[in-house]
Amino acid sequence: MPASIRRDMSKHDVTQELIEQVNCARTDGSTLEIVGGGSKRFIGREAAADARIDAGRHRGIVSYEPVELVLTARAGTPLQEIEDTLAQQGQMLAFDPPHFAGGATLGGTLACNQSGPARPWNGSVRDAVLGIRLVNGRGEHLRFGGQVMKNVAGYDVSRAQAGALGSLGIITEISLKVMPRPAASMTLVKEMDAARAIVEMNTLAGRPRPLAGACWQDGQLYLRLAGVQAAVAGTASRWGGEVLQHESNFWRDLRDQRQPFFVDGEPLWRFSVNPAAPHWRDGADWRFDWGGAQRWLRGAFQRAELEREAGRAGGQVTLFRGGDRAGEVFSTQSAALQTLHRRLKEAFDPMRIFNPGRLYSWM
Amino acid sequence: MVASHYFVLAEELTKEFRAFIDPEYVIVDAETQRPYECDGLSMYCAMPLIVLLPETVAQVQRAMQICHQRGVPVIPRGAGTGLSAGAMPREDAVVLSLAKFKHVLDIDPLARTARLQPGVRNLAISEAAAQYGLYYGPDPSSQIACTIGGNVAENSGGVHCLKYGLTVHNLLSVELVTVEGELVRLGSEGLDCAGIDLMALITGSEGLLGVITEVTVRLLPVPEQARVVMAAFDSVKAAGDAVSAVIAQGVIPAGLEMMDSHAIVAAEAFAKAGYPIDAQALLLCEVDGTVEEVADHITRIEQLFLSLGATLTRVSRDEDERALLWKGRKSAFPAVGRISPDYYCMDGTIPRGELAHVLTEMQHMSEHYGLRVANVFHAGDGNLHPLILFDASKPGEFDKAEEFGGRILELCVAVGGCITGEHGVGVEKLPQMSVQFSPLEIAQFHGVKAAFDPAGTLNPGKGIPVLKNCQEYRALDPGRGHVARQHPEGYEQA
Repeated sequence: MPASIRRDMSKHDVTQELIEQVNCARTDGSTLEIVGGGSKRFIGREAAADARIDAGRHRGIVSYEPVELVLTARAGTPLQEIEDTLAQQGQMLAFDPPHFAGGATLGGTLACNQSGPARPWNGSVRDAVLGIRLVNGRGEHLRFGGQVMKNVAGYDVSRAQAGALGSLGIITEISLKVMPRPAASMTLVKEMDAARAIVEMNTLAGRPRPLAGACWQDGQLYLRLAGVQAAVAGTASRWGGEVLQHESNFWRDLRDQRQPFFVDGEPLWRFSVNPAAPHWRDGADWRFDWGGAQRWLRGAFQRAELEREAGRAGGQVTLFRGGDRAGEVFSTQSAALQTLHRRLKEAFDPMRIFNPGRLYSWM
Repeated sequence: MVASHYFVLAEELTKEFRAFIDPEYVIVDAETQRPYECDGLSMYCAMPLIVLLPETVAQVQRAMQICHQRGVPVIPRGAGTGLSAGAMPREDAVVLSLAKFKHVLDIDPLARTARLQPGVRNLAISEAAAQYGLYYGPDPSSQIACTIGGNVAENSGGVHCLKYGLTVHNLLSVELVTVEGELVRLGSEGLDCAGIDLMALITGSEGLLGVITEVTVRLLPVPEQARVVMAAFDSVKAAGDAVSAVIAQGVIPAGLEMMDSHAIVAAEAFAKAGYPIDAQALLLCEVDGTVEEVADHITRIEQLFLSLGATLTRVSRDEDERALLWKGRKSAFPAVGRISPDYYCMDGTIPRGELAHVLTEMQHMSEHYGLRVANVFHAGDGNLHPLILFDASKPGEFDKAEEFGGRILELCVAVGGCITGEHGVGVEKLPQMSVQFSPLEIAQFHGVKAAFDPAGTLNPGKGIPVLKNCQEYRALDPGRGHVARQHPEGYEQA
């Protein structure tokens, strides 16, 4: 039986420091930018805060029970440390989180709701979360959810953090469901145009075969199979295509956005849409991931125009990197949803201490 | 005085509602209202002011606006299969039933989604999707009757949720009517949305934050094959260890259920599934997936169970045998109903490793209260369903069962678990909320509630206890309320 980790984290010194910093901000009416590993500072709006709060210092795995499939870590723990620990027990973070340029933390991953290419099949970071601890804008250190798979007591404040970009508080601790690593994996490559690739990815995702990644770039469709050896091999022989060498590097580079497409300075737009929405704007600089549910577009465009296109495709668009970050970068919220966002902000952070304006100018 | 006030209010509201809702669906007479006096937890019942069965979203909006203007509480209701009195009426409130909304609006086989009215039954989704080789993952035991709107409100699970997730993992979009009568859509046809994850807050919110009028879910491809291994053990501990061993092998079963000896005997008498009635614990472990995957896993699991002391194993050879092996488990509740005049179903979740300890403690409590307890257990995900057997015709026996149940939930929290895995808090578990959460945490929940429902008229008195009551509950027993865990700092200040 694999060993388990249960560390004594009773010394709350770093936790206490975070709380004190929040209390100081309350007293002098200042604002705080929450920074973990700093790997995702490009996400969200450009927003100035009076001071920075270093959530990355609040780190360490608190407990890990491989047979329970549950890991609890302080939010500032680097993903790499967690993944290395899990790998020793043949387990993984199924949501395959991006590390970007390196140093990404668990807390930042949840706050920014970042999941990798396996997301449509393995779920997102939000899906894996079981519980959190959070310091709200009143300096109260609260616990929501728990360390068990099913828990419907109280509102799901833990999962509500996904995408909130720290606007509700400083996440200090996260409990997650972890999963066994697949025994085998293989990537198949097929030449295909964009429109055809959308149909193909969706068709294959509807079959009961061990698909765990489907992306398209530069006229090539990439299909990752993962599971027991016989199932992977059996599917590969049925589906055909060329077997990709060094497949793990390919998927890692896609996940972490290491390819020049993502980081060469052009504005990068992220569409989160119906995976089967027909391809549009053919000829523009596109890449598809998540079996068509996440589509990347590079270039200078009018945000309003792209929002209309995203709406027609059943989803939303975000200005993910570059471009005008002083304006809104996330999808426009209806008046009713703005009201709900504002009231929730008021409920968690009445003095508007955390990450003001990072998510929306009005938050 | 009060009664006549409600009488006048009911008269006035009825007139207003009947102006735009079929008068037959504005129910005011006690006899027709009777079926709405409780949900699946029938010990908790009360009569409503009016029962409404609107047929369109516009009618729901108008009804909500009227209630909002008059400050009349509204209690949303799905199929009424809930087990925590979340849909229990009150005399000053309108019960808003979504029973008329039973259409599957659209199935998109390529995108693998289903757009549904809230009154579509859980099982009907999979039935409608079957022609495309797709199905809907979460399968609560009540899936023949319970509806998707209620599943969202309760974040329902089921036998398969370790592998396929709860309702929250299978939702794409929810349309809801706010307490003010405004229509909002959360989520999208994509896999995520910008901003605070409001859909996460709505899921499992027990009708306290909005009235769900449409739901879009993800569908999954029907696995090529599913097979089940039954294994009998001569101790609960051995069975519990076997559960952990399966997980440690790197296998995520589609379903992994445990029954104790009371449940085995009752289920076998009812379903004749071939369960060994002398076993102390029975495991049903299902694996699904590709034919290759199932072949690999089923052999490994059976060997593993035998090596860990299983006294008997049986592997389903075909669909009929698989259905038969499951039949006993699926009918465990009614089966237990036959060996006792009444039973009270609890719903705590614990870390799997605590199973043997919790069951032993529960046996001690059973002796203390003089009430039998049978256990069926979603062993894969740690969700316990102790069934406390009692006789409601004996004075005081339900009170005793309820107290016993409350103690079990507190035990769940004490070992690192929670008071409800899938049935919700409703009215039933309000006292135990203060065992799982500190006053500051409960205050934060009230903040969330107020963001959606500032006047607090949507399903009031459910889900989240008022703080005064928490203190009273703690005051009953100084030790209580602290069995839970180390509360966050600030706890004592509240």
